[in-house]
Amino acid sequence: MRSYKFRKLEDQIMTSLAYAALIIALIPLASILIETISRGLSAMSFSLLFEEIPPLGQPGGGIGPAIQGTLIVVALASLMGIPIGVFSGIYLAEFRQSRIASVARFLNDVLTNVPSIVLGIFGWVLVVVVIGWSVIAGAVALAIMMIPIVTRTTEEAIKLVPMTIREAAIALGVPRWKTTLTVVLSSAKKGIATGILLAVARISGETAPLLLTILGSRFWFSGFTQPTAALPLTIFNFSQSSFRTVDLPRAWGASLILIFIVLAINIIVRYATREKYG
Amino acid sequence: MSYKIEIQSLSAWFGSKQVLQDITMKIKQNVVTAIIGPSGCGKTTLIRCLNRMHELTPRAKVTGRVLLDGEDIYGENVDPVTVRRRIGMVFQKPNPFPMMSIYDNTAAGLKLNGVADKHRLDEIVEKSLRAAHLWDEVKLELGKSGASLSGGQQQRLCIARALAIEPEVILMDEPTSALDPTAAAKIEQLIRVLAEDYTVIIVTHNMQQAARVSDFTAFLYLGKLVEHGSTKDIFENPKSELTEKYITGEFG
Repeated sequence: MRSYKFRKLEDQIMTSLAYAALIIALIPLASILIETISRGLSAMSFSLLFEEIPPLGQPGGGIGPAIQGTLIVVALASLMGIPIGVFSGIYLAEFRQSRIASVARFLNDVLTNVPSIVLGIFGWVLVVVVIGWSVIAGAVALAIMMIPIVTRTTEEAIKLVPMTIREAAIALGVPRWKTTLTVVLSSAKKGIATGILLAVARISGETAPLLLTILGSRFWFSGFTQPTAALPLTIFNFSQSSFRTVDLPRAWGASLILIFIVLAINIIVRYATREKYG
Repeated sequence: MSYKIEIQSLSAWFGSKQVLQDITMKIKQNVVTAIIGPSGCGKTTLIRCLNRMHELTPRAKVTGRVLLDGEDIYGENVDPVTVRRRIGMVFQKPNPFPMMSIYDNTAAGLKLNGVADKHRLDEIVEKSLRAAHLWDEVKLELGKSGASLSGGQQQRLCIARALAIEPEVILMDEPTSALDPTAAAKIEQLIRVLAEDYTVIIVTHNMQQAARVSDFTAFLYLGKLVEHGSTKDIFENPKSELTEKYITGEFG
């Protein structure tokens, strides 16, 4: 065996390498946060939050409609995507051996990896061609994006619920469907919430599917069948503007708000699904 | 004394593996019947057939009849859910619902079946916890998590939970095997008291326990019923040589 001194040195080198890798991994994350927060905060103002979006290069105005649009589109997408995802996940977990389940599981995994622009085209063909650029079209595209994420995490969370818990309820004369919807679901709610959060966070920042579906707008929400603004689109537009001094700060402000919205949703869902007995 | 349960030619399978072979036995009302036998002999499967839990396992199969008060629980129009409300079960490992309080655990069977009357729930929770000899230990902290109790208390909570739906028969699958001797002794005492009002069937691999708590004992070996009789007879004058060998510890 090699000497203790040598092995100790080896250990120290490996530990330092691990630390170094961690720091390198944190640099982009930290710089994104610092940059967004400092630049975003300096752009922050009452009018930024609550006024309509001005044309590119024109001073004044804000990004109010984009905040409103993102909240509405994400909420509508969640309303469609979460129930479908959760119930699909329940099916996959509770009937895991059935043939349909294995086919569905495979297709679901494929759907997870479909590029978001493709879902945008899908939403465009499915909804935009019929009723035009609209909130509904955007929500449908984003909901389709959510479903595989929510399905998979729900399935995994439910599979983790011990069989003994299910049996305890079934032995009390609780029908199987009720056992699943009460005891099993509430045991798995933390895992399911994580899946929902991942999905909401992911769709909140999506730009590509929205470009093709909600189109973007400078004005306040005017109906579910009308185009609307959304933060990712606004960030995209302002950052591409040639009037950098006027528009770039707005893009940073919008970025900060987007991060804040995702964080707020995160905290709310975590709080709502916290374990009563931690 | 009448027969509460009559098992007639009961056989059970997991896939193609037969685990119970043609079991026929009668179980009397308001007595404790112990089922003993070496590991893997089908003890647990036998009681899981009595409240139709066996069929929950994928690819499990049952044939034969199990009469509860003369009526076949495997009959065509019998809902397994109703059977399970009449035949309660306590499992080997205490399994209180981890996300529920002591109160909610006890009331779980009723609440999940739609009983919402707070007054009635309070009454049944207290009655069941008293019957499970747990009330005095938990009456001041009914809101605490069921999982925060000790192992023995958790098992008594599971007994209270089973009693709360007012079953007629209570099945116990090695209810003390995960507990320390003191906690086990409390459960054994409780089983004796429960036999005054309920028909109790207990699976155990502990022969002393069978001798202490049961009035009747059935010895199972390799999926077959070898002998069934009063506990006194089984332990003192077994008819079968196999039973005698098992009782005296020659194998097992």
